[in-house]
Parts: sequence; structure tokens; C-alpha cells
Amino acid sequence: MSALHLEARIAARNVGLSVDVESGCVLAVLGPNGAGKSTLLNLVAGLLRPDTGRITLGDRVLTDTEAGVDVPPHRRSVAMLAQEPLLFPHLTAIANVAFAPRSTGTRRRRAHREAMRWLGAVDATEFADRRPRELSGGQAQRVAIARALAAQPHLLMLDEPMSALDVTAAPAIRSLLRRILRDQDRTALVVTHDPLDVLALADRVAVIDDGRVVETGSVREVLTRPRSAFAARIAGVNLVAGTVAADGLDTEFGPVHGTVDEGCRPGDRAVAVFSPVAVAVYAEEPHGSPRNSFRVTVGDLEARGATVLVRAAGTGLAAEITAAAVADLALEPGAQVWFVVKATEIGIHRSA
Amino acid sequence: MTSRPESRAGLPGWIYLPAAVGGVFVILPLVSMVLTVDWSRFPELVTSEASLQALALSLRTATASTVLCVLFGVPMAAVLARSTFRIIPVLRSLVLLPLVLPPVVGGIALLYTFGRRGLLGEYFEAFGLRIAFSTTAVVLAQTFVALPFLVMSLEGALRTAGRRYEAVAATLGARPTTVFRRVTLPLVLPGLVSGAVLAFARALGEFGATITFAGSLQGVTRTLPLEIYLQRETDPDAAVALSLLLVLVAVAIVVAARGRRIAGAL
Repeated sequence: MSALHLEARIAARNVGLSVDVESGCVLAVLGPNGAGKSTLLNLVAGLLRPDTGRITLGDRVLTDTEAGVDVPPHRRSVAMLAQEPLLFPHLTAIANVAFAPRSTGTRRRRAHREAMRWLGAVDATEFADRRPRELSGGQAQRVAIARALAAQPHLLMLDEPMSALDVTAAPAIRSLLRRILRDQDRTALVVTHDPLDVLALADRVAVIDDGRVVETGSVREVLTRPRSAFAARIAGVNLVAGTVAADGLDTEFGPVHGTVDEGCRPGDRAVAVFSPVAVAVYAEEPHGSPRNSFRVTVGDLEARGATVLVRAAGTGLAAEITAAAVADLALEPGAQVWFVVKATEIGIHRSA
Repeated sequence: MTSRPESRAGLPGWIYLPAAVGGVFVILPLVSMVLTVDWSRFPELVTSEASLQALALSLRTATASTVLCVLFGVPMAAVLARSTFRIIPVLRSLVLLPLVLPPVVGGIALLYTFGRRGLLGEYFEAFGLRIAFSTTAVVLAQTFVALPFLVMSLEGALRTAGRRYEAVAATLGARPTTVFRRVTLPLVLPGLVSGAVLAFARALGEFGATITFAGSLQGVTRTLPLEIYLQRETDPDAAVALSLLLVLVAVAIVVAARGRRIAGAL
């Protein structure tokens, strides 16, 4: 696996991008439609040529407009997985997966064996002899993942790979991708709209808007304290990292209870995710009902129309409460309070 | 009511009238031809030496033309559909010109290209190659008029298929030739087959360019349509019988292509 460095400008599309992904890291790319996310992927894949720019992958120069370098797509070792699986309709599943090895000169029988191995890696061996039209969306996307992996790419690019799947198929594909990206230290770019994808798959986040990278940072930074308007819309959530225990999540605040994702096993690293709107603020710790309490010090207050965002100092947690409640509690920076969240408002997801 | 829900929002009733008139206009002449044939003499008429020679020549030359159309038409369609050069729209109009050109004019144009004093014919002549008024001329004339049918049909198929599968194949490491052979062509196979069938049918029926450029020598350049035209003067019954034979051949081709369920547009 190799690091990706990209610097590219296309005047006609008003795009000027600068993106870096370290070797073995997964970068989530967020941004509104038409912001330039697909342009970024096409630039890296070599399907689009920049006016000026330089793209390197590992120690190879893929594009360098000054030196006149422009490696064609088939020699870039960059595989792309799109929203739709785009399996070749005239080939069986196994022939689709064997396509890449066959294209690079592997003999038929060996390519077939390799393809079977990759189908096994995505739990899809039973679909080997089916045609794409006989597969469901989730099954086809599994085969498409195997096909991309069989090319043994140095960089994997996923363009909203879950967005065309129905809600029941998405979690299984997400955990499959997690296994493939995280456990094998692959370098990857993942375009997504879903904070869950970011949490499960990515190390870092880049937000693209209007053809520019407007924000980069670690997953935690961007999801909890988004600086760009777009990231704030899809993120702005509270994240508490910890380790999955028998009855919830072990965190720096003590145990946190919530709805635990299927597939989370004790000992897994995970995060508790909840919205600031779900947080109530108390001066004294309440007792009784199944709630989670976090002892925090008020950091700053930010007026948001009729509500106020109360940020806790040093924790990244925030509560969004009414201005009246702020007045009743006489909140001010430095005050010691309890942030309280119902267990039903908290989702616990495996994290990267 | 047994009608399905979607038929409620269907066609206006009056549209069936002109549609029916058009349908009858196409089918009635075929029916009247079947009614006119002198069935007692039919076997004898279509198996005369001149007829069989004409039929064999027609099938041979139309097959050769179709092969040429595929060999050159597939790359032409690929360039027209995928190339981004600015001259492409102009080229497309020029290449498709034989569609709207009267075949006789095409024949004359070919004559002034490959004829004895033609643009290229002069040089061929120097090597002792004479193309005009030979079976080769028949094939060239048929290819000239049939090529646009294949190019047009295939270009449409290529545009409909889009480039997304090709992009995926390229990122999987396939060279452009591999992409073309293993992805592009299989995806447009129905379009290619229907284009080839159209081209074959057009070549089979070719008359004007052939008689102008290749003449009408029995066994050499006299194809079935030319034979029908000549017989009409001397033996109208034979002309009708041969016409029916040509119709049967055309129907057989279309049915064969449809039977394999890959004829696409046909």
C-alpha cells in the first residue's frame, strides 16, 4: 500500500484540490453533491486530466502536467467501487472477479482460483456461477468488492458504496468493507454522506465544497467540532470513545449504555454517538431511570436562535438546550454540571 | 373490464386508424404478390439456371459485403461514438451520406473512383486490376450502400451502453484493446447483430449502384434484384416468383436473428 498525494486544478470545473492520504490510511471525503468529490476520484483514476497538477501514489508519479506525465487508467493500480456494482452483465460473478487477473495476463485456471479466493473473502462463493441480473443489490456489491480487490490495487476508491443498497443490506456491506479496509491496512478514499461510514471506515476526513478542500481533520475532530457548514449539517454529534463491555461501553466517563450494533463484541473499540439535542443539563446528578450522566465543566455557550449550544470543556461533548433552561441553571463557563442522556438516544458503533 | 390499469392512460383512439392504414399499405402488396404467383410454375421458375445463379451470387456478395461492413463499420462506429475530436459531427454526416444518396448516384461515384479512368482505378489498372463490372464491384457497391446502416445502428448501441463499464474495466487494469474486446463488444452485441442483419438485407436488395457500377453480366454481376428487373420485361411470372423468393430470404434472415433473441432493434 502507498501514500497518495494529489494537487490538481481544472479551470472549467472550478476545481482546485489538494489531498493527501498516508499509506494504510482511509480518508473519508464528505461534501454536497456537485462539490467535486467524483472529480477527485476520476482525477486519481486517470479518467480525468487536470489542467495543472501532480498526483503521486507511493513512489510512482501518476500525473505531472509540468513533466508531461499522464499514466493511463489501466496502469495506475487504482480500483474504483461505485454506487452501483457495475458488474459486467455478460459475465458470471466469478468471471467478473477474474476479469482483472485475466486482463493482466494470468492464465485462465489460475485466475479462476484467485477469483474464487476473493469471492471467499467477501462471503460470496455461492454466487460464483450466477449472472449479475440474478443477484440482489447487496450480493452484487459483494462481488464488485471482490472484483476490485482481485486487481490488487495500491489504492482503493469507494464512491458511496452503500448508497444504492437498501437499509437491510447496508450494515453487512459496511462491516465487510471495515474488515477489508481496517484489518488489511489498505490505503483508501471513501466518498460518503453517512457519519456511520466515516466512523466505521475512516481515519481522517476531508470536506470538499465548491471544488476546494474546506476542512480536514481526524474523524473525531470533524464529527464533533465541524468547522465547515456541510460537516456541521451531517455531523455535529457527540462521540464518546471506549471499549465494548458486557453491558455497554467502557469510557473515560465510566460505563455508557445505549443500543449496541450487532456484531460488536466485548473488547472491540467503539464509539457512543448521540445528538446534542438529546442531552439534558442538570445541576445535580439525577437518580432513577436508565440514563447516562457525564460530569462536565461548562466551556463555552453559543446561541443558536431559540436554543443554546453548551460545550463542555476538554471533552468535545455538547448539549443543545433552550435559552430558558440556560437562564434557570445560571450556566456560565466554569460551572460544574451533569450532562444526562437516555440510553435509547445513544447508538454504540464499532469504530476505526 | 379486463384491461390492465396502465392501458387506461394509453393512446388516443383515433391513432389506430392511420396506423392501420399504414400497416395495410405495407402488407397488402406482399399479399397481392403471393396471390399473383403462378404456383404451378413456381418451382420451375425459381430453379432455372439464371435464377439459381442470381440467387447464389446475391447470397455470396451480400455475405461478403456484410463481412466488410462489420470489419470497417465496427471501428467507424466506435470512433464516432467515443472520439471527442471536433470534426466528428461533420465526419458522421459525410459517412452516413449513402443513406440519403440515390443508389444510382452512389454507383456513378464509385465508377469515378474505381472505374478504369477513376481516381484510384487508374492505378489499379496499371497493376492489371480491373474492378468495375466485376463481382468485386458488386461487393463494393453493396458495401457502399449498406455500411451506414451498420454504423448507425451500432453507434446508437454504443451511446446507449455508455462508458461506465469501460471505465471500470480500465481501472481493473485492462488495456484499451482488452476493454474493447471483452467489455465494449459483448455489451453492444445485440446492436451489432441487428446492424449486420440490416446491412445484409440492404446489400441483398441493392440495385441502382450495382447496375451502374457493376453492370449486369449473368453469373458475374447479375444479382437477384437485377435478374428480377430483367425478367419483368420478358417473363413477368418469373419476375414475381423471384420477387417472392427474395422476400422469403429476407424474412428468413430477420426470423433467424430474432429467433436468437439478440436482434435488438429489429
